[in-house]
Amino acid sequence: MKRKMEISELIFKIVAYVFLIIFALMCLYPLVYVLAGTFSSSEAVLNNKIVLWPVIGEAGSYRFGFTVDAFKYAFGYNMFWVSYANTIFVAFIGTIWCLVYSILGAYALSKKRLIGRHGFNFFLVFTMWFAAGIIPTFLNYKATGDALATIIGGKDWGDIDLKWLIVLAMGMNATNIILLRNSFEGVPTEIEEAARIDGATEMQVLFNVYIPMSKATIATVALFFGISRWNGYFWAYKVSTAANQSYSWPVQVLVRDIIENETDITGTYNADNSHDFADTGVATSVLYAFIVLSIIPILVIYPFIQKYFAKGVNMGGVKE
Amino acid sequence: MFKIKCDDFLTCDEATGTYSMSAEQQVRDQTEKNRWKTIGLTVLKDWRLYAMLLPMILVYVLWRYMPMTQLLGAFKDYNTPGANGNTDNMNWYGLNNFLNIFVGVEAKAFWPAFRNTFILAFYNLLFGFPVPIILALFFNEVKSNVVRSTVQVLVYLPKFLSTVIVTSIALLLLKGGVQGEGGVITRFVWLFCHDESGALGTALKNGLFREARYFRSLYVITELWEHAGYDSIVFFAAVIAVSPTSYEAAQIDGAGKLQQMRYVVIPSILSTVVIMLIMKIGGLLSVGYEKVYLLLSTGNMSASQIVATLANSWGDGKGIAAEMTNNLIGMILVIGANTVSRKAANVSLY
Repeated sequence: MKRKMEISELIFKIVAYVFLIIFALMCLYPLVYVLAGTFSSSEAVLNNKIVLWPVIGEAGSYRFGFTVDAFKYAFGYNMFWVSYANTIFVAFIGTIWCLVYSILGAYALSKKRLIGRHGFNFFLVFTMWFAAGIIPTFLNYKATGDALATIIGGKDWGDIDLKWLIVLAMGMNATNIILLRNSFEGVPTEIEEAARIDGATEMQVLFNVYIPMSKATIATVALFFGISRWNGYFWAYKVSTAANQSYSWPVQVLVRDIIENETDITGTYNADNSHDFADTGVATSVLYAFIVLSIIPILVIYPFIQKYFAKGVNMGGVKE
Repeated sequence: MFKIKCDDFLTCDEATGTYSMSAEQQVRDQTEKNRWKTIGLTVLKDWRLYAMLLPMILVYVLWRYMPMTQLLGAFKDYNTPGANGNTDNMNWYGLNNFLNIFVGVEAKAFWPAFRNTFILAFYNLLFGFPVPIILALFFNEVKSNVVRSTVQVLVYLPKFLSTVIVTSIALLLLKGGVQGEGGVITRFVWLFCHDESGALGTALKNGLFREARYFRSLYVITELWEHAGYDSIVFFAAVIAVSPTSYEAAQIDGAGKLQQMRYVVIPSILSTVVIMLIMKIGGLLSVGYEKVYLLLSTGNMSASQIVATLANSWGDGKGIAAEMTNNLIGMILVIGANTVSRKAANVSLY
């Protein structure tokens, strides 16, 4: 039976479509703008000629066109590659490290026979309710750094490679552990019992039963960890600035530093900064190139993770 | 009365009228005596499980609980001569840091920051909460799968960009300029208002984000841009879980689209909405300081300085005291919200 569409229904549909399309375009536009800026000439960027597409040429003769000068310069910029390598290191090793202790911990927490299970859960969840704050956390990182330096025979945390501190001590996320725990709890115990009868050890049960059966959640959690590592800024910045170690900067810190110092957009132009793009001919468009290069990996993996995280978000968190 | 209670663990010898311990109680006593031994043995036998728990516990103790010991700095005098920034060498200061920020010299910095934290969080709740629900309801309206997934892919994306990138792009788009120059949005606003000397004109010249007057609304818009799409996932899942038969039943009863919305969809997603609302209220005072920190500038400070950034700029005992106050209130809100949701909907986050 085909119903005739009512007028209210029609209006509602139109409103829904218009709203969604506008919202989607709003989400897309800033990225398009940055991409256009990357392929534009620095002159055009400086004079605010970019709206939707790349613009090249000098004053009076601005026209549509492409130039890869900014990219070329960004690719040749040493500091960029150093920070990019740092980010890849932190994202890769950091994600593995977080995954290892999270999976092991979540597995133990998912077991009913674990004595003090409620206590351990509370121990974890309490960190989501109350955080010590910026200054105490900073002092603690400094103490950790100093301790690591003592181990390798250094004086203070300036002597260690701070990437290791970032990898080890940052990026904790109790929500992810709870997601994993809930997923492990959902695995039927009969399968585990069967494996145990066959003589499987604890580790074999984890690796051959639980992990294969929770692949989707583990993938989601790995991606959450990875993305938060890739995007991490504040603590990496605080720590590497305090220890005066700019070779440990992740790419986010570099991008921010360039944005802050090379332009007047934040109003804190710093005359004696380490980057000097003024004479390169790409002074303004290179900012856009750095932004684009730092988000490319996210854009590349995004289509693959997209199907996972919708599922992951719905699985986790709320427990009835 | 007494007898009834005692019956549990005493037996009465009717002949002599004396009481002695019951057999069950003797077993219980024995078990109680061996309790720690039993637990110890169980743990020992199952040591692999506890060993698996160990790395996680260690990480959380070292980098989540150890910082809490530094909270003692809130009760220390950072001006102790010769302390050299080391909290251990500092003199005890009692509650002076707290008095200082609540009623003393720094009160005029702390209370505005506290107010800003609260206002930013409140606006975020006010706008950031309904928009994902509206998005989810609208997604449900789109019958074409291709269109819907395309839109979804686009609106989820900003969530995965870093705060640095989001703030950088926002600052670039809102870059200041005179006479219709500047970032794209600055130029766009200029088209509608050729204001040169007024408040808006000054703001356009300096960059809209650098004006306290526009900071809150722009902050909320960027938050929506970042999170609204992603937050709609939970609600959309609730909306598509509504069974098609409910719609059919409503249609047969002659309900139009809006009536279906009012009497079928909204009641079905209400529990999700309530839970999410309670959780959001719980997180009211935890404004993401990274983003505010990146957007902070001298021009917008009167609206953007929140407790966390203020504490960060102080970096001493009163900073620790300020942030501790903020976080304790936040914790009370979270626990309160969780208790309410457990009582009201029998659902709790943990």
